[in-house]
Amino acid sequence: MTLQTSRRALLGAGAAVALLAMAPAAQAQDIKFGLVAALSGQSARAGEAITRGLTVAVEEINAKGGILGGRKIVLLRRDDESNPSKGLIAARELIQREKVAALFGGLDTPVSLAIVPLANSEKVPFMGTWAAGTPITKNGANPNFVFRVSAVDEIVDQAIVKYSVRHYSAKNPGMILVNNPWGESNEQGLKAALTASNMKYAGIEKFEGNELDVVPQLSRLKASGADVLYLVGNVGPSAQVVKSLDKMAWKVPVVSHWGPAGGRFTELAGPSAANVHFVQTYSFFGDLSPKGKQVLDMLMKKYPDYKGPGDITPAVGVANAYDSAQLVALAIQAAGSTDGDKVREGFYKIESYDGLIKKFAKPFTPQNHDAVTADDYVWTQFINDQIIPIKH
Amino acid sequence: MLITAAIVTGLGLGSMYGLLALGFYITYSVSSTVNFSQGSSMMLGAVLAYAFVVTWGWYPPLGILTALVLCGVYGLAVERFAVRPFVRRDSNAWLMATVAVGILVDNIVLFTFGKEPRRFPSPLADMPVSIADVGVYPLQLVIPVVGLALAAALHVLSRRTKYGKALLAVVQNPDAARLMGINVSGAIAASFAISTIFAGIAGILIAPLFNVNSDMGTLFGIKAFAVAILGGITSAWGVMLAGLVFGIVEALVTVLFGSVYTQIVMFALIIVALALMPNGLLGRAGVKKV
Repeated sequence: MTLQTSRRALLGAGAAVALLAMAPAAQAQDIKFGLVAALSGQSARAGEAITRGLTVAVEEINAKGGILGGRKIVLLRRDDESNPSKGLIAARELIQREKVAALFGGLDTPVSLAIVPLANSEKVPFMGTWAAGTPITKNGANPNFVFRVSAVDEIVDQAIVKYSVRHYSAKNPGMILVNNPWGESNEQGLKAALTASNMKYAGIEKFEGNELDVVPQLSRLKASGADVLYLVGNVGPSAQVVKSLDKMAWKVPVVSHWGPAGGRFTELAGPSAANVHFVQTYSFFGDLSPKGKQVLDMLMKKYPDYKGPGDITPAVGVANAYDSAQLVALAIQAAGSTDGDKVREGFYKIESYDGLIKKFAKPFTPQNHDAVTADDYVWTQFINDQIIPIKH
Repeated sequence: MLITAAIVTGLGLGSMYGLLALGFYITYSVSSTVNFSQGSSMMLGAVLAYAFVVTWGWYPPLGILTALVLCGVYGLAVERFAVRPFVRRDSNAWLMATVAVGILVDNIVLFTFGKEPRRFPSPLADMPVSIADVGVYPLQLVIPVVGLALAAALHVLSRRTKYGKALLAVVQNPDAARLMGINVSGAIAASFAISTIFAGIAGILIAPLFNVNSDMGTLFGIKAFAVAILGGITSAWGVMLAGLVFGIVEALVTVLFGSVYTQIVMFALIIVALALMPNGLLGRAGVKKV
């Protein structure tokens, strides 16, 4: 062996040792949870919130001695960049190479929809923590390995109708929806919810994601006698709707899906942002349950940038992820194994879990894979830059 | 009431389309090429002005001026690297190259500025004023004035001044223009710089009414190109007029038929209008003397 090759071999060995030292101390008996979410790009904040919720839950479980007789949980993360094909590749890698016991999904419905068939064919439980698309859990597969602890479009739509009737005595609501598949899915959901309540609607108007002025659409709804507006759109276009209402000096109640929560709504929409009431699954404000206080405390200890409830944004990401991880751990515990089929059955065996969002009682059945129901939603508004629950 | 609201909104929107579309007119008049990244140039103006004025707190006129100068530099770069090399080889690949530059810039801004839309504060877009019972922000009234003033300035520059006539000579016959002592490549480069500065002005004017984000120019760029073609891309007045017509018709279609049909009806109308008037509203058929 020449001096050069032996030096090279030595360097190689050194690098291998260094890599091993850097790798997380995963032991053979550890149980792996895999997260596929947007960790960069436009939805990076959502990915970070989910990560933090999962991390705190995993650390809490491990501190209590782990699951399945002392086995620890480790969290592996992969970035889907909000891109369905990248998400699918990442999910396949986590399942086939890392042999994760369960997958967790992120914010984007299209990414989750791409992963659903893989999870079902590979028989790996896939837990949704955010994406609200109805067909993610109602995917037609039997057996179905996809569960969710988050809002669901069709249930949100029922909640929107219910809220508008209860608080604004809505009789003739108008819909103002973003012109994309998300708006489309909610159009169907809202129509169905209105039909179920024997209600008519004033009209349905669409706006583009980067529409400058929504006055023409709103003028039509106003002329048709809309008494409440149902809004579905991301934060930017939702702000344009509020600004257009301001221009028209039309003070109509606005009941919205959770789009405004995704950014600096008050900065974009101005003081009238507070008039928009939107749905959330959890808020760290107000009188917290003992569980809420405990998780808030853990989060603030672990993440120094969380100085109070207002810093935990988006709160739904953190809260949904926390309860998701706890419920998956309970399902594995109930299954007595990490075998996918047994864990799926394990979900149905969970009788109760005192969680952050609520006290879950029999959260999953073979017919229902969504743990959050219409009664669990929290109605909120932006006061300055904080999402505050509405007190009635 | 509905119709009045549509007309007022449409005038505001239309003058923004017109302003951006003037950029297409300028480069086309001088070099028979267009910069398909106009939408991105508009976004760049808004993002740079936001960075200087809001993020770094510069004196606003200085921040805006710097942003516009940088927009001009960007226009020079587009011409030098995405247009000139292809035109020199008689290739039409500049079409794709300018589109590609736009996508590149959008993505660079996405990574540096971030995806989160931000508000560009302006005292002219705080409180709406009421005109014929329709609320508008004062800035919405400034935009048509700026658009018409720029169209007028371009008209005077190209028809009445020696420099303007020289610019127009370039497109007629570059070789003859060169022989007459006109700096042809300088004139073309200048036209690109002016066009991106116009887009920058449009971006900075629109930003407070809208918000600042990396894809704010995409839909605008497409509509502005439609407006430029509709106006007859060889007439500044035609382009500005087409912008106003497009804006008003768009708002009227939305009000009368509903927003579900707006895009379908608008782009179908453009095809019909061009079939009836192939040279656009005020454009003239190109006469090539050989």
